[in-house]
Amino acid sequence: MAKKSLRMGRRDRHKVRVKRAAHLLFFKHHKRPGVWGWELKKAVGSDYLKVLDVLDDLLSSLDLRVNKVFETEEDGENPDKARFYITLKGTLTPSEAKMCGWRIDDLAALGVTIAYIISKEGKASRKEIESLLKNKLPEWRVEQNINRYIRLGYISEDDSGNLYLDWRTNVEVDKKSLMDLLLLAKVEDETSGGEE
Amino acid sequence: MEKVKREKLQRIIETCRLIVERGLDPFSVDVEDFLEVLREYQPSLENMEDIVLDSEALNQVASVINLQSEWIKKRSTSLYTDPFLIQEKLKALDVEKLARLFLKVWRPIVELEQITTKSLAVSAKYWRDLLPLDVRWSKTGYRQLPLGSSTHEDLVKRRIISEKTFSEELEELWKELLDRVGDKGKILYQEFVYVESYPETLRRAYLTSFLVTYGYAKLEVYPFEEEIYLVPLKVPTPPSDKENVMSYPIPISYEDWLEWRKNR
Repeated sequence: MAKKSLRMGRRDRHKVRVKRAAHLLFFKHHKRPGVWGWELKKAVGSDYLKVLDVLDDLLSSLDLRVNKVFETEEDGENPDKARFYITLKGTLTPSEAKMCGWRIDDLAALGVTIAYIISKEGKASRKEIESLLKNKLPEWRVEQNINRYIRLGYISEDDSGNLYLDWRTNVEVDKKSLMDLLLLAKVEDETSGGEE
Repeated sequence: MEKVKREKLQRIIETCRLIVERGLDPFSVDVEDFLEVLREYQPSLENMEDIVLDSEALNQVASVINLQSEWIKKRSTSLYTDPFLIQEKLKALDVEKLARLFLKVWRPIVELEQITTKSLAVSAKYWRDLLPLDVRWSKTGYRQLPLGSSTHEDLVKRRIISEKTFSEELEELWKELLDRVGDKGKILYQEFVYVESYPETLRRAYLTSFLVTYGYAKLEVYPFEEEIYLVPLKVPTPPSDKENVMSYPIPISYEDWLEWRKNR
């Protein structure tokens, strides 16, 4: 009987730790979302990676997942130095993205901006990107969009007017797949339907 | 070395420098050919000027080789794609197709920003206690006074320095405690420390804490009766390390002192 109650206690404690990890990951604590590994270790315990695995399983049914991102190469494989986020597991449809406040042309422009910076080895001038986007978007939207991407952390700008990929792109965008899909994408006539 | 040979070395230096400085394709020049020329001219180096020119040419060729190595490294990474090719694709694809393509690789972060009841209460309290701007920003006026000097008596009078030393003050308070306790053996803490003025009460409480710490007196605490007694010792005995010494905080609030004075 005593053993049983002890087991129950452990299980309850485990549930509390999973809840605590979920609260930390879902609610924004700092300017940026996400939590450092060392913060989770402090709040959840040294075996926080196991707790995150349990949380990941629970979130999977909601099409969400726990995403681990190393900010610099020097951080190696030490999870304490990684930043953890909860991200979408699958993909959004254009209408779902619209409900999240993303117009279809804003998304296209973001994809173009990121792909272009990647092709330029991580650095491209703002003017080049603006002229590329102006082909398909009105001028006032181009500037507005670039400023929005900077504010959200998808790209950053230096004093010389060069744009770089920023932290949010590294967390949210599968850069390799983006470039592969772009290269494989077939340019169709304007009269034909869109690709699915 | 002949003039023609010197000019050839100069041309090698200029070509290599142009490639490095302008970031041109480092494979657009035949490095092997340059090295062959340098090898051929090497026996004809006659003076220091020739040797410096030859060294400079060799250095520039080495820079181009280094650039070639960097280019190979970059192109071998999985993310490398020809910028021209990508640019053309980006221009050719329509907006909807680009958006759908991006949605396939986009996994947005899920984040919540929420205010809690606790943070609302803290904010409300802050807002209530916040002074109006005109009060907070009111300027403090300053008056310039002529310089003067202070005497020792002035400083004592203004309580900047004390007339007696700290140990003298302790001894005096200890003697007062012994006198007031007499044969009873102990006195209520409040009865001894509290006096007519609040600042003086605080001063006595401060000194009394040292009387207890230095072994001039002991505290007797009766938690259920909420009574604290001071027991003076005729011979000061500082507590030894072996004794179980503990801190005991005694609050002296202004409200308590007012109530004590009212009930006297």
